[in-house]
Amino acid sequence: MTLPPTPAQTVGPFYGYALPFYGGDEIVPATHPEAITVHGYVFDGAGAPVPDALVETWQADQHGSLAGAPGSLRHDPVTSTVIGRDGVRFTGFGRVPTDADGHWALHTLPPGAHRPGATPYLAVAVFARGLLHHLHTRIYLSEHADALAADLPALAADRRATLLATLERDRLYRFDIRLQGEGETVFFDFQ
Amino acid sequence: MTTQHEIDAAIAKAATGGGAHHPARDYPPYRSSALRHPKQSLVPVVDPEAVELTGPVFGVTDVTELDRDLTLGHHGEPHGQRITVSGRVLDRAGRPVRGQLVEIWQANAAGRYAHHLDQHPAPLDPNFTGFGRCRTDDDGAYAFTTIRPGAYPWRNHVNAWRPAHIHFSLFGTAFAQRMVTQMYFPGDPLFPYDPVLQSVTDQSARDQLVAEYVHDLSTPEWSLGYRWDVVLDGPSATLFEDGDR
Ligand SMILES: [Fe+2]
Repeated sequence: MTLPPTPAQTVGPFYGYALPFYGGDEIVPATHPEAITVHGYVFDGAGAPVPDALVETWQADQHGSLAGAPGSLRHDPVTSTVIGRDGVRFTGFGRVPTDADGHWALHTLPPGAHRPGATPYLAVAVFARGLLHHLHTRIYLSEHADALAADLPALAADRRATLLATLERDRLYRFDIRLQGEGETVFFDFQ
Repeated sequence: MTTQHEIDAAIAKAATGGGAHHPARDYPPYRSSALRHPKQSLVPVVDPEAVELTGPVFGVTDVTELDRDLTLGHHGEPHGQRITVSGRVLDRAGRPVRGQLVEIWQANAAGRYAHHLDQHPAPLDPNFTGFGRCRTDDDGAYAFTTIRPGAYPWRNHVNAWRPAHIHFSLFGTAFAQRMVTQMYFPGDPLFPYDPVLQSVTDQSARDQLVAEYVHDLSTPEWSLGYRWDVVLDGPSATLFEDGDR
């Protein structure tokens, strides 16, 4: 027996005071010596930046553990406002709204292999006004390009390249999300 | 300028007669979808990795008991009809989704969001912001206290009005079960005119987005009670494992 799922609906334009939270973009502090930054833009089918998208990520820790930890939305015990992570426990969850220019940036640790031989990546969910049902993609760091090619051989090389975060300088990776059109990001349907 | 009649015709044209649980991402009556849906098919993953079959966890650090009451946290009481919205979060096998985060946000009683981009001339309410959180209990149950949101105009077309709704964000045990949706109120006369709701073209699926008024959930002299259960979609692997990863 399976139940029919509740349908998805768009996140709309007004999630901004509800879903983003303090420190959502800092899975580890940006100053962590091993932190990497992944950043990019979300673009629509006309190549225009999308200023009202929300990017969420979930990943293994550096050792490949997917256990996660509570505390992404830690509250100040006095005021009850969200004050973010404690800087120690790795929750694995990131959430960042795009800026007015469609840009987002996330500070985290490079994920470890979640099983022996697995290619590590960040799982991504993308929400936006105009998007009736969110989308899933993956961020593979550029050093795993060959492993990604071996994992997804059926995907054309130019399509596969949309899943790669390119190294711009030490510890800074670029990952653009193109919702439609030329260079459209590969989105997945998990069956 | 697109008229409601043109949107009605587009809704009728896009009506598939049923079958699909979720909206098509390419849905012309919702005009903002035009440039924001992929044209390539989604790449099927028949055997998802553990990364997508696990997900973020939340605990006592992340939600306080006060977060579930949207009428608190201000100097006074908000305007509007006080309501409770409660229900269960289930997976497609009917099992409760336990200890997971549910987030909601909504317009105030006049139909205005506490967001600077919502500039339509309805009053803001200094005693209402309109977002809340809670964690599901061992039965998958969640509960919020809030006020009934108003309908509001938007610029999809001339005279476009969204039926009253509460936005919901939900997590399952698997990141692939992630869900954002909207809950509506029973009997709203705006339903047939709204391209966002009508993007769900199957009537029974659409009905799943509408809460039920349950008189026994109303509190005497205090609040009206609505019940709304949510079933998280997800890969078939989430149907068979025991949820204990
Ligand atoms: Fe809304």
